Amino acid sequence: MEYPRGAFKDRPREAGKEGPHRATRAGQAVSDGRRIMTADEVRRATVRIAHEIVEKQAGTEGLALVGIQRRGVPLARRLADAIAENEGVRLPAGALDITFYRDDLSLVAHQPVVKGTDLPFDLNGLTVVVVDDVLYTGRTIRAAMDALMDFGRPRAIRLAVLVDRGHRELPIRADHVGKNVPTSRDEIVKVLVEEIDGEDGVAIERLVAAHL
Amino acid sequence: MSDRDPGAEPIVVGADAPAWRHRHLLDVDVLAADEIDLVMRTADAMKGILARPIAKVPALRGRNVTIIFWEASTRTRVSFEVAAKNLSADVVNIAASTSSVTKGESLVDTIRTVQALGAQMLVMRHGTSGAPYLAAEHFDGHVLNGGDGWHAHPTQALLDLYTMRERLPGGSIAGRKVVILGDILHSRVARSNIWSLTAAGADLWLCGPSTLLRGLDRWGGRAAGFPGHGRFTVTSDVDAALRDADVVMALRIQKERMDSGLLPSLREYTARFGLTLDRLAAAKPDALVMHPGPMNEGVEIDPAVVALDRAVIEDQVTNGVAVRMALLYLLAGVHGAEGAHDAA
Repeated sequence: MEYPRGAFKDRPREAGKEGPHRATRAGQAVSDGRRIMTADEVRRATVRIAHEIVEKQAGTEGLALVGIQRRGVPLARRLADAIAENEGVRLPAGALDITFYRDDLSLVAHQPVVKGTDLPFDLNGLTVVVVDDVLYTGRTIRAAMDALMDFGRPRAIRLAVLVDRGHRELPIRADHVGKNVPTSRDEIVKVLVEEIDGEDGVAIERLVAAHL
Repeated sequence: MSDRDPGAEPIVVGADAPAWRHRHLLDVDVLAADEIDLVMRTADAMKGILARPIAKVPALRGRNVTIIFWEASTRTRVSFEVAAKNLSADVVNIAASTSSVTKGESLVDTIRTVQALGAQMLVMRHGTSGAPYLAAEHFDGHVLNGGDGWHAHPTQALLDLYTMRERLPGGSIAGRKVVILGDILHSRVARSNIWSLTAAGADLWLCGPSTLLRGLDRWGGRAAGFPGHGRFTVTSDVDAALRDADVVMALRIQKERMDSGLLPSLREYTARFGLTLDRLAAAKPDALVMHPGPMNEGVEIDPAVVALDRAVIEDQVTNGVAVRMALLYLLAGVHGAEGAHDAA
């Protein structure tokens, strides 16, 4: 499915990258953000990660990219583009929806909307690089690993993220990081990607009580 | 898994959708168009799961889904059971014929008992119209209606809708001529389908012997002021009904209708209303043929019709699992009293 650029710009942002596990609670608002990565910095980080992925694998043989819905998906696509440009090989790229694997389904107020998984390749024996925009508690990645295992037995799973903001709650770390950003728990890291948000960039915003 | 070129456009972006707010699924009449759409899109994702090598996700892990059927059923009961198991729920199956119901336990007592035994989601079928509404008043969890009397069969209506959207060119029911043929009067399938198909904008025709349409012509509303006014057509003229139809859904003729004098004989029904290749020729060449099952082949539908490629009766069964997975998943996210108005 193709959506025009900026098609989602005016929609309310999903509770997303502060989770799926860190939903913005009702009654809270987000203050104006501070930009920590520009569009150019996002592009450079993406290109560097693309090089790192190939370097770590010593080639492109047996590699596949899987983006986590939603903003990991366009990022995985861009990594595939960058690797195609550098190496002349187009890696298989897919989309993974981890909704059904979340560990907080019985806690959230409403079921999250399922956005669909599309893995148009057999991942048995492949080194699968999971791509997401923000690494935070690690719970999303735990869910993603469980989901991938249901599709087969990858040779290895690696993790590439645009931003690592710390505060891990599980023993998970990223293999490739665009930028390490120290944050506090009452901050939100917002990653914008052109395919969904109409522009590229990363901002930090602070959660504030709405009716103080 | 798909055999597409791995490099080509694998990326799917989903749109935002309204939150689901119903604690129970008792009929489709309370569902708004965007809520039906949410069910359909969630069912799409569930169909993706069914296509996997391991068709199981942990979404309802640790939930107790209790299935209790006071009436016989194969496909609905098994479909619910498979759907719940695919979502990793714990399934308890109770056949009323082997339970304390035979000792005279009331519906409400049975509901309270299964609740005390840990039931969190209750799937029920009952011969009395409205029974799930009573159950919903006494059950703290979620009630899914698997069919009540002549009243409603919401999961069937939703899987029928899903199958039509999947198989009709363009994926839309709006403006399509859909014919329900057979015993409309006693059919909960027809009643729920009337709601969902008219809401989807279908040109709906109800066709059968006039004794099995009693009251529906008035509800269908020749006169303004009736709820179904102008929304569907009721006729006993099977040729007019089938002319240029996009979808033909045959309903089972129950043999017990003979005893009540509503039909002279099964043979007469078959001769006048049976869905044969000859009659179907009046419909569009690619018209879908549907049947909610169980079928009496040779009575309401000819075996040659069932054998057509465009007979999507098995698709209905497969899609039923995906749609029921979607409903179990969506309902499970609604807690406490917020959905309580559904029962009123």
